[in-house]
Amino acid sequence: MATPKPRVKVPKTATAGEVIVLKTLISHDMESGQRKDKEGKAIPRQIINKFTCEFNGAPVFSCDMDPAISANPYFEFTAKVAESGTFTFTWVDDDGSTYTDEQKIEVK
Amino acid sequence: MKKISLAIAIAASAFSGLVFQASADPVDEKLVIDGQEMITRAPAPEGHPFDEVLSGWLFREAETRAAEADSFANPGMLGVERGEEVWNTVEGTAGKSCASCHNDAVESMKGVGAKFPKWDADSKRPIDIELQIDKCRVENMGAEAYKFDAEDQKAMTAFIKHQSLGMPVKLDLSEGDMQAWFDKGKETYYTRTGQLNLSCASCHEGSMGKYIRADHLSQGQANGFPTYRFNTGGLVSIQNRFRGCIRDTRAEFPKAFSDELLALELYVTWRGTGLSVETPAVRQ
Repeated sequence: MATPKPRVKVPKTATAGEVIVLKTLISHDMESGQRKDKEGKAIPRQIINKFTCEFNGAPVFSCDMDPAISANPYFEFTAKVAESGTFTFTWVDDDGSTYTDEQKIEVK
Repeated sequence: MKKISLAIAIAASAFSGLVFQASADPVDEKLVIDGQEMITRAPAPEGHPFDEVLSGWLFREAETRAAEADSFANPGMLGVERGEEVWNTVEGTAGKSCASCHNDAVESMKGVGAKFPKWDADSKRPIDIELQIDKCRVENMGAEAYKFDAEDQKAMTAFIKHQSLGMPVKLDLSEGDMQAWFDKGKETYYTRTGQLNLSCASCHEGSMGKYIRADHLSQGQANGFPTYRFNTGGLVSIQNRFRGCIRDTRAEFPKAFSDELLALELYVTWRGTGLSVETPAVRQ
């Protein structure tokens, strides 16, 4: 599997208190551990098991993921921001790797 | 007693050829991708069995339709992005990338995806985008042809076809022996195969709009390939789809890019004449 690549979409600007939509997508096989290879051996599980989003260090959204989630997990959620700052998105892989992305937003 | 008579009624309807069906129509909605409206309904070309050709998008569930309408949410765009990387990567003994000759694909590949398969005078057979990429790789780059359905083959095909997003499919059947190949593809389309004895037309022409178990049968158009399928979590090529369909009739399926499947690709693509290229479309 190629190195998972996170993509996020955050508005560049917003007004204070406005409800903004955040979209995230990461490329990942989300290998469930239930499948077998051509020799009949189980393919070991490797999924992203946790996703978090923080704004200026404060939690906005987080969730645990289980093997039934399909490949390339997509999350869309909303947030209100009172001040300019940075969203930090983190995905945690079963193998311990983390993939992160940051996006700045300016509140006018 | 009531149960028995119901069973008889079902049996009778099955014998009379009426398949137990939940009929449903394609949705009456517009597909707009990043502000650009797609042609999902087009008047059929002359000689077509339908009056109107319909995009498979109209037959899918609301969530699936929404995923295609938003290029960010569309996971097939991961493949398109990978294709762009490959486009700019030098491979082979000639030290060239696609971009070395074709520069910016946004300009040079615009419209290409709406015209393939087209006649290839060198090999004297129709050529689809996958084979055109291989031809370029072997003849101009000194690189190896892709193995069928290699991730990069699907990504490159999706990337090139995506440059024609929204443009109507229009094939040129006048060149070379295209008409003979078209006729061959048509024959394959209507030939029943497998233990289930089904032809392409059994489902996608005769039963279009009906349900086959939980699946809503579309016209089986090619305009969105390679498509992203949630089922497999990846891009699916048109030749793979053909093989899958033939396998599902419980027949032996031909090799990818064989004369039989190439002719079928040509004919099926023609059946979607006038529809926008939707690559990468999103399906269940």
